[in-house]
Order: sequence, then structure tokens, then C-alpha cells
Amino acid sequence: MKRKIDFKLNGKPAAVDTDDQRALLWVLRGDLELTGTKYGCGEGVCGACTVAVDGVAMRSCQTPLANVEGKSVTTIEGLERDGKLHPLQQAFIDHGAFQCGYCTSGMLMNAWAFLQKTPHPSRAAIVQEMDANLCRCGAHQRILSAIAEVAK
Amino acid sequence: MNALDRRAFCKLVGGGVVILVTAKPSELQAQQRRGYPEDLNAYLRIDENGRVTLFSGKIEMGQGVHTSLAQMAAEELGVPLESITMCMGDTDQCPWDAGTWGSLSTRMFGPAVRAASAEARTVMLKLASETLRVPRETLVVRNGVVTDGKKSVTYGELAKGKQIARLVDEKAVLRAVKDFTVIGRPTKRVDSREKVTGRAKYAGDVRLPGMLYARILRPPAHGATRTSLDTAKAKAIDGVTVVERDDLVAVLAPTPDGAAEALAMIKAEWTKPAAAFDHESVADAFVKNGGAGDVKTTKGDVGAAANAIETTFRTGYLAHAPMEPHTAVAEWKDGRMTIWASTQSPFGTRARVAQTLGLDESNVRVLTPFVGGGFGGKSAANQAVEAARLAQIAGKPVMVAWTRGEEFFFDTFGPASVIRVVSSVDDRGKIASWDYHVYGAGERSSEVLYDVPNVRLTSYVPRSSKLHPFATGPWRAPGAGMNVFARESQIDIMAAKAKVDPLEFRLRNTTDARLRKVLTAAADALGWKPGAGPTGQGRAIAASVDAGTYCALAAEVAVDKKTGAIQVKRVVAAQDMGIVINPTGAKMQMEGCITMGLGYVLSEELKFHGGDIADRNFDTYELPRFSAVPRIETLLIKNDDLAPQGGGEPAIVPMGAVIANAVFDATGVRMLRLPMTPARVLAAMA
Repeated sequence: MKRKIDFKLNGKPAAVDTDDQRALLWVLRGDLELTGTKYGCGEGVCGACTVAVDGVAMRSCQTPLANVEGKSVTTIEGLERDGKLHPLQQAFIDHGAFQCGYCTSGMLMNAWAFLQKTPHPSRAAIVQEMDANLCRCGAHQRILSAIAEVAK
Repeated sequence: MNALDRRAFCKLVGGGVVILVTAKPSELQAQQRRGYPEDLNAYLRIDENGRVTLFSGKIEMGQGVHTSLAQMAAEELGVPLESITMCMGDTDQCPWDAGTWGSLSTRMFGPAVRAASAEARTVMLKLASETLRVPRETLVVRNGVVTDGKKSVTYGELAKGKQIARLVDEKAVLRAVKDFTVIGRPTKRVDSREKVTGRAKYAGDVRLPGMLYARILRPPAHGATRTSLDTAKAKAIDGVTVVERDDLVAVLAPTPDGAAEALAMIKAEWTKPAAAFDHESVADAFVKNGGAGDVKTTKGDVGAAANAIETTFRTGYLAHAPMEPHTAVAEWKDGRMTIWASTQSPFGTRARVAQTLGLDESNVRVLTPFVGGGFGGKSAANQAVEAARLAQIAGKPVMVAWTRGEEFFFDTFGPASVIRVVSSVDDRGKIASWDYHVYGAGERSSEVLYDVPNVRLTSYVPRSSKLHPFATGPWRAPGAGMNVFARESQIDIMAAKAKVDPLEFRLRNTTDARLRKVLTAAADALGWKPGAGPTGQGRAIAASVDAGTYCALAAEVAVDKKTGAIQVKRVVAAQDMGIVINPTGAKMQMEGCITMGLGYVLSEELKFHGGDIADRNFDTYELPRFSAVPRIETLLIKNDDLAPQGGGEPAIVPMGAVIANAVFDATGVRMLRLPMTPARVLAAMA
């Protein structure tokens, strides 16, 4: 159904007048021009499109816009504050935790949401939490090290 | 390039000091260069702010050349790395390049970058000498400042108001390894900040006014023919355009999800051709259709080997599965086609688009934003041709972004292979004969590598063969991983038969110093405990030479005897790649190779029935995940006497063999087929 949906996006009010069953991914990338969130599989099985909704990691390709009404959505564009990188972003740089960079937004958002609720996880818990996010370049070991450093 | 062309060229790339370099004839031939500009293969520009722009036809797809090429330029120019801007993969501005593959960027393009940069330094010194009125010999360059200790001038000041173009051949004096301050220093990637903030732009992130998103009607199987078509319902949707042009049926809509909905409204029926073979019967089909084969190497006589061991290995078709599917945006304006494409070959893409649309190449421009992984799959760029055709028909900019399902269908696949080896070992533990037959994989890394007096290599079914039911193409180190899986497994089989430790057996059979060094280094780092296999330790070693680089992997695995699951615990890589430009980048590539390698070794194999592809997403085609990744340690063997060699592929090559050998060492069971799925391991142990 086409209607106006209000929600919070990276800390600021946002409103989109569109079909409320559209996938959040396409609304973010198209209507709202936030292209940091990526399409990878369209079925919620790769994690490239991960964003946080009220602090919980969600696959935006599987999230109808209606589901975020009145909620707070955080995308990769919302991690940096006043030109200062989030410690996770800095750790990804310091550890070289990416190559092509295409899965990186989803990796960061999944890890960010996880550390919000579990600030000091074990390495095994990080592995388990990140296991559904795919990376084809093989940056896994460095991604784990980057997250583990922030989780210390 | 004549004077007039050069002026036009400088106008295009901008003012300042422009340095152009011609390649060596052998490299010219290797690259089969053609097109604009005619006589160069590298150039850079220094502007009045002291910024250096390095132009390269290579592209950045995660392999890190964005950083390593900039390091080479900074080193030779004597400027900080931060003052280099890379302009890559833009066919209007960059020198012609065949494509970014084969671990060639550093090996082939690197020397030209260094030569151009060294020459630029010489030019700047000459200008400084004139400006400062001091002899050139007294001047030194540091951080883009030329000084004799008393007076100084910056590169920016020297370039100000200048319009200088210098054409040189590749003879400039390069800096010596001992003087390096940028090359060889572990360096963080220059694209870091963009990639962790979501600001890095890929082809799918391009937005143009009035741009439409396309979805194309696709057949259910390769080779299928359409028997009916009904587009009425799609045409009735507000804002949707339906294109029907020859074989091309597509919908265009203002949003990608809108295009998907419209496509779903199109009704079409198809007939599928009978399947010639599937992922199980492919090996028989290859051998049956292989013909007499092509004998590539003969040495001595392999005919009369006593106690020969015959083994047949096989591997499946592989998807590249980059996280970014093929994407392109095309804009048709004033008789010119501009395309932003995720491609490993911007100039090849330009040629294909020009040819398909009947345009002159000068009227096609391809720009390459960051590419989200390639691995050989983004060489053909069919999506760019589709976008260009649709943009011309629609008269509006069009994006074609393949869905994951399309990616798993129209991507080229790394071919399956069957490899039969008949070899023998004498009573001193020396390999006596080696008769090698490869079907499907091609000959890359099929050399025996060890010192063997009697050798024959026969290749059947080239990689380009029409035998395959779908398009095949290069997959990271094409065929090499398959050939080395067979060779290094067979070496282990012979070592076990001779009751010799597998490391000792390899060392006994080679005098190649580089090979011995990487083998020993990897084994030492693993903490190798000698013993003829199977020792029960689950440890193994394998080595290969690829792209000029020697690589040995040593690994430890555990095999779950109840489930058949293989857990790789540790992989140690020792690599001799000559001079290392960026040790951090090199190690990232080695880790990436080992991690990606886990896929074709443990879980990846395309399932299909003829042209009907069963795997259409990551739910059934299993990429390596975090839980599968072992502890990876990488060692770079110092070899500064050798020019830089390839780094993007070598470490993926021995992965099949080292894991199969480790499974044998753990269980006594020899795995002859990749991937080594739990079901296959269980079956082999039964």
C-alpha cells in the first residue's frame, strides 16, 4: 500500500511516500540515495545489505519498509560521527579487513549491532555471529581480528 | 605520438608536467596493444599543486594495485604516497591495457610505472636546476621538494604554468632496492577510508538524471528456445517500458524493484534442449570426447615404467561468485556511449560495445569504478553490452545490475577437469617417470616441477571448448589449482609408497633452490615432524610455481570420522615473489587465496543438468564462511634480486593438494575428487 512512512535514519527524521511493502534496501539505495548498503543476493543469505533496526542487525533486502515505521535505522553512513570514524571502522582500516570492499558495509553493520548488545564477546562468539555474512575475497581472518580488537 | 597529438593529449589529461613512457617490444607484443594512445603504456602528470596523477588501464577489484602502483610511483618520483592520485580503467584517459588478470599488474605494468616515475624525477631535477641556477648533480628530491641544501623548490612550483610533455623509452635509472623508502614498506590501502564508510562507488552506485533500471527476460536453461511471449500485463504498468528487440526482451522502470515486478508480469514459454551431461557424468563425457589429445611435452621415455602408480583425479565447475554481481550503467548522448561498468577489461568492454552497436571505438567510453571482486569472471562484460543496447533503444541512461540468480547463470564458470597420472618411483625414492593427461583444465601449472628423467604431458579438451553446456572462463589461476591438486597429491602417493616423509621426498626430487627454500620455510613454520604418511598428525605440504612466484603451503587438518567433515586448523604459506612492493598487500592476497581456496577444496561445485543450472544462490552453492577459516600464517621469502612477480593467484594453487594430503595423513584415506564434501569423505572412509 502506498503511504507515508516515518522513521529515524542515522539519527535524523526521515519520511518516504511509497509502497510500504518495498524492500528497505531499494528505498535506501534509490529514494534516499544511501548507496553504502549493498545488494548481494536478494534472499537474505549473504549479509551485504545488513543494516541495524533499533540496534538489531537486519537484512534490508528482506525487510519491508513498513517494518521500520517509527523505528530507528542505522546504515553504514551513520557510523561516522562529525568526521570521526567509529572504532570498528578504524579497526577495519588498521587490520586491512577488506579487499574489494563490497561486503564491508554489511560486515561492519553486523558487527556493530552485535557489539551493541554484547560488548565483549569471545572470538568464538564473533565467528558464530559473523558466519552468515559472506566475503569472497577472503578477508575473514582480518575481519575477525578487527572486531576482536574493538571487543576487548 | 606526434606533436599535435601530444598537445591534444595534454589538454585531455590537464596541464603541468606530463611524462609518457613506451613499453619494451616484448611487452608490447605480449599485450597486443592497439588504440589510443598509440605509442605509450604509462603516463603520469604533475600539477601545480604538486599532486601526481598516475593513469592506468588496470582496475581495482580488491587486489590492492590501487595502492601498490601508487607506491611504485611515489618511490621513483620522491614524493609522499598521499600525493598520488590514481586514475584507473577510464578508456578516454588511461593507456590501453588488455585486462586485469593473470597476476600481471605488478609484473607487467609495474616496470612502466617505475620508468615513467623515474623519468619524471629526472625532468623535475632538470627544471629545478634551471630555476634554482645550481648544477643538477647537487640536487636531491625528498617529499616532492628539490633542494641543494640551501635553496629549494617544490614539484608544484616547477609544474606551475608549464605544459610539458616528455616521451621517453623505458631506460630511466631506477632506484636501488637498498634505497627504497616506499616500496617494501607495509602500507595500508589507499582506498581504506572510502571502503569503511560506504563512500566507495561501484557501478551500481552511479546515479544519472532520468536513469532507468532494466531487468531482462532470461531463459530457464542455456540453449533454451522461446516458444511464446506475452508482455501485455507488463506494458500496462504505469512508468514501465517494455523493450522487444530481436533476442532482447526487457523491462525498464524507475526503480530496480519496480523493474523486477514488471518482469514477473511477462509470460514466456520455452523448450529446453536435452542435457548432454550433468555434474556427475561430466568426467565420463570429458574422457569420451577428449579425442587423441595434444602432446605438449616429452622427455625421455615414459612407456616402460615398472611398478607404475595410476591415479585419476577430478574437479567440478566453479562459480566466481564475486559479492558484487555484474553491473553497468550506460548513457547514450550526442552519438557517444558512456558506460560505467564492473569489469576487469575496460578496453575489451569498449571494443565489444562498439562492435555490437556498430559504433567507432572513439565514440565509446568505459569508466571503471571500484569493482566488487572479479577472480576472472568480470572479463567478458556482457552486462555492459546489454546496458548499452538498452540505453540506445530507450534514449535514457539505463542500469543493468544482474541479480544473484543471473550471476549464477551468465557468469563464466571455471571448467571441470579430469586428470590421470601414471608415475613411478625407483628404489632410491627418486621419481622415475611421469605420464600426465589433463582433460578440461588446460596446461597452466601442469609442469612436473620436480627433476624427472621421463616425462610426457598430454592435454585434452581445451578450456575454450564448446563441449561445455554454458560459458566457461578463467577462474583465479585458471586450471592451475586443478593441475597442482593432481600433481602434489600424486607426489604424496609416491612418497607414501616409497615410505619416505613427504617433505623429504620432495626435497630429494628437486635441486631448484627457490622450491627447496619455500618448502623448508613452510614446513619449519608449521613445526614439521618427519615421518612417512599416514602419520595420524593430519599435517601435509604442497608447493607450486605460478605467475613467476614460488609458494609452499603446509597445513594441519582434523577429520570428523562420524560426519566426514574436514576442519582445516592451520595453513602456513611461504612465498617467494621477488621484490615485494607492499608486504601488507601481498599477505592479504595470500590469505585471500587460502581462504577462497577452502571453497573449491571443501564445498564448491556447480550443480547442473546440461544447460540447466541448479545452483542459483548462496543457499546451495557454499562459499567458505568464518567458521571454516583456519589460522593462516604467511611468510615472504626475501628475494630482492628478482623483479616483482605475481601475487594475486599463487597461494590458491596448492590448496587442493595440501588439504587432500593432510586428510590422508590424518586418516590414511586418499581423496581424489574436489570438493572433498563430508559425504565424499565418509564414502571414502567406508
